[in-house]
Amino acid sequence: MTLVCADILKLTPEGLFCPLGPFHIDPTRPVQRALVTHGHSDHARPGHGAVMATRETLRIMAARCQDGFARTTQVASLREPMRIGEVTVTFLPAGHVLGSAQIALEAGGCRVVVSGDYKRDPDPTCLPFELVPCDVFITEATFGLPVFRHPDARGEVRKLLDSVALFPERAHLVGAYALGKAQRVMALLREEGYDRPIYLHGALERLTQLYREEGVPLGETRKVAAADRKSLGGAIVLCPPSALQDLWSRRFPDPVTAFASGWMRVRARARQKGVELPLVVSDHADWDDLCRTIRETGAGEVWVTHGQEDALVHWCRTQGLRARPLHMLGYGDEGENDPSPGKGEEG
Amino acid sequence: MNRFAALLDRLAYEPRRNAKLRIMAEYFRQTPDPERGFALAALTGALTFRHAKPSLVRGLIEERADPVLFGLSWDYVGDMAETVALMWPAHPPASPRGQEAEARPGDGEAAHPGTEEPPHPCLPPAAERGRAVPTLSEVVSGLASASKSDLPALIAGWLDVLDETGRWALLKLITGELRIGVSARLAKTAVASLGGVDPDEVEHLWHGLTPPYEPLFAWVEGRGPKPETADPTPFRPPMLAHPLEEGDFAKLDPRDFLAEWKWDGIRLQAVAGRDAHGHLQRRIYSRTGEDVSRAFPDLIGALDFEGAVDGELVIVRDGRVQSFNVLQQRLNRKSVTPKLLAEYPAHLRAYDILAEGGEDLRALPFAERRRRLEALVARLNEPRIDLSPQVPFTTWEELAAARADPASVGAGEDAEAIEGCMLKRADSPYVPGRPKGLWFKWKRDPYLVDAVLMYAARGSGKRSSYYSDYTFGVWRDGPDGEELVPVGKAYFGFTDEELLRLDRFIRNHTVNRFGPVREVEYGPDRGLVLEVAFEGLQRSTRHKSGLAMRFPRIHRIRWDKPPREADRIEALERILARGEAEVFPLKEVP
Ligand SMILES: [Zn+2]
Ligand SMILES: [Zn+2]
Repeated sequence: MTLVCADILKLTPEGLFCPLGPFHIDPTRPVQRALVTHGHSDHARPGHGAVMATRETLRIMAARCQDGFARTTQVASLREPMRIGEVTVTFLPAGHVLGSAQIALEAGGCRVVVSGDYKRDPDPTCLPFELVPCDVFITEATFGLPVFRHPDARGEVRKLLDSVALFPERAHLVGAYALGKAQRVMALLREEGYDRPIYLHGALERLTQLYREEGVPLGETRKVAAADRKSLGGAIVLCPPSALQDLWSRRFPDPVTAFASGWMRVRARARQKGVELPLVVSDHADWDDLCRTIRETGAGEVWVTHGQEDALVHWCRTQGLRARPLHMLGYGDEGENDPSPGKGEEG
Repeated sequence: MNRFAALLDRLAYEPRRNAKLRIMAEYFRQTPDPERGFALAALTGALTFRHAKPSLVRGLIEERADPVLFGLSWDYVGDMAETVALMWPAHPPASPRGQEAEARPGDGEAAHPGTEEPPHPCLPPAAERGRAVPTLSEVVSGLASASKSDLPALIAGWLDVLDETGRWALLKLITGELRIGVSARLAKTAVASLGGVDPDEVEHLWHGLTPPYEPLFAWVEGRGPKPETADPTPFRPPMLAHPLEEGDFAKLDPRDFLAEWKWDGIRLQAVAGRDAHGHLQRRIYSRTGEDVSRAFPDLIGALDFEGAVDGELVIVRDGRVQSFNVLQQRLNRKSVTPKLLAEYPAHLRAYDILAEGGEDLRALPFAERRRRLEALVARLNEPRIDLSPQVPFTTWEELAAARADPASVGAGEDAEAIEGCMLKRADSPYVPGRPKGLWFKWKRDPYLVDAVLMYAARGSGKRSSYYSDYTFGVWRDGPDGEELVPVGKAYFGFTDEELLRLDRFIRNHTVNRFGPVREVEYGPDRGLVLEVAFEGLQRSTRHKSGLAMRFPRIHRIRWDKPPREADRIEALERILARGEAEVFPLKEVP
């Protein structure tokens, strides 16, 4: 069985490769044919020949990479098995960001699931993760250490609202990644009853508009105009994390700096970034959910693509599972990558 | 405990001093005695628990977590207490009675209809029922009174009922390292602000007070009398100097300043005063307010005055101030024997007077205090206490020349123990802390050596996720040819950008890991050269090289320099030989 599974998916310098297709999944270098799990720029790179992804992911790629990010594109419908070469391919929701999918590959009675990035927590801006039983599960490990346990995201957003109530004269700058996190924070704010306009840094506008067009209600948003900044005391302003340290953020009157990220669970991370109000809101599975998901897939073998591979691989082995770290380079450059120095960061 | 935990949590994330003050004042205002008093004790570092040690905390987690996962997590988080707080099992093991097992909300398993009442939504989970979150006072008294063998279960029980922030605060308290950017002084200032009291007054009373400080709170809130300063020898927080930068000269007028030598010793405050029975009490404090009287019985006996003198502890032999190396040898000894006292006689080189005969002199201009000090020292006529002489100068150029060659302007044989000049505004009052623009230190140029980076460890606090502590070595002839031998460690002297680059270098060139320490690649053609600055060298058995540096720091990072061109141990031996010339006569001392 394992022999067959090993034939379905291999690791090449470009990334995960299915020779039966043949195609790559989330390749980090330009290839002939790529299947893409989701729109974060480390997984969805421009320059491939043909790209297959969910409709939303293709839209996101087009919006971010300009046109011509691939010579041809093809929409993958969720839950609909497709035959590509000698392998059956199915895209299933991953619960990570809008359009994110896991990719299941089947051949010779063996099923391999590439999860891409995923989470199990509810998220009003995307479809929930769907569990696929499989023989080999390929997982991320962004938060693959037992110190990472994400609290309920609603409670974290209430912390933000409490601070706005406590400091009504100060602007609250919330660093949030442009794809997924920003929109999730907005949706959560609306769920908590916040109905005032939410102000956006220009870099967040395009994807927010795209989410709205895809039917995700986010309420009224306004772009922050340079002249407005002084008068935004009491407002909630979302910006890319990198803008928190920019000159841009210093134009606000006595701002409170918040950052919505799973990394905020570790104090030193928050303090390095000068964050005063850490909000532990993550679009990745935490430690407990990584372990739970691996168990629930029933997989006998686990490959760990990126993140804190060592700990998760160790845990798998203590559970009697075969596990292998892929140490994939090039992942974790966007979204909730490890902000520690030595690893790249796009914001 | 939850309130105290929330306080620490907010302070840890608040960078601004004034906001920290507000947060603390708010807490003290809203929290009753004795809870707030114990919080004040924690913030001022006044609490220590004999048996509660980091190793105990480590033992607790190792019983509950996979050691590999704990090790990886600790390496990642960088702080043991925080790691344990984060990974402590959220739900303690189910009670052995079993009957209390119940469906957790969200599990989707409906209770059997009709057979059981669904759990009331307001009730805490079964495991927490009957075990309340402890108050800070309960924690403090528990930690102080529990026997060593009872402590682990006591602490584990608290960790089970506290949330993540509470666990973090408890473990910080136990391990004695709050690291939340609050000095004792700032916490006392917050207490003073409750009643618009001068923080110096709180400072003055402090040594006579004990946790939970109820009389202090009563006084600042106007509900009680000012606590009696039963202490005739209070510590007065010292005034500190700013390092002088090259550009400062253009802005400063030499006529406003008095200069004196900067001695390479230990800053002390010598205080003597009469107690209620009229007996003269004497004390010697370190610059942080620690009572070090017992280490200096020879000097204590010489304090025949009533007042407080600020000065430098030095060793004087045959009328000559010895180098720091010599002083270090006295400080290193645990027991103070007559032999030690004879061979390393302690002296106080006085440079300021803060009080005299019950009169507080700190508001007087420095020039005036200096005259009072000169008079006191003359009156005392005590060989162990003398004046730090002033350095005559009229222009900055003259002072620069004096600093370069102290012997030329009367420092004579003491020149070796001089590490630069102090500049003090003649009109400066004595202000605790490091006020701007009044006192400056202008240090002698440091020694420099090119060394090769060998090991790196994670820093602490804010830098706990960076490799920011560096062990470096120099070349020597080893049994198998040229080898690097570690000569020191440094953890500052670089900019934030340089830290990022160093950290990246270390991560990309790791050849070995030992817990939070990484060994990096090094050899004649591979590795990184660090230009290290330091103040002096001494012999040490703790280091493989037999040498130890004083105040080593990274002066420059030589990305350009091949490691084979780094310095050799002989360069350090030469520097040591210079300093040792004066130690030599005592070589036979064991
Ligand atoms: Zn992602
Ligand atoms: Zn990713």
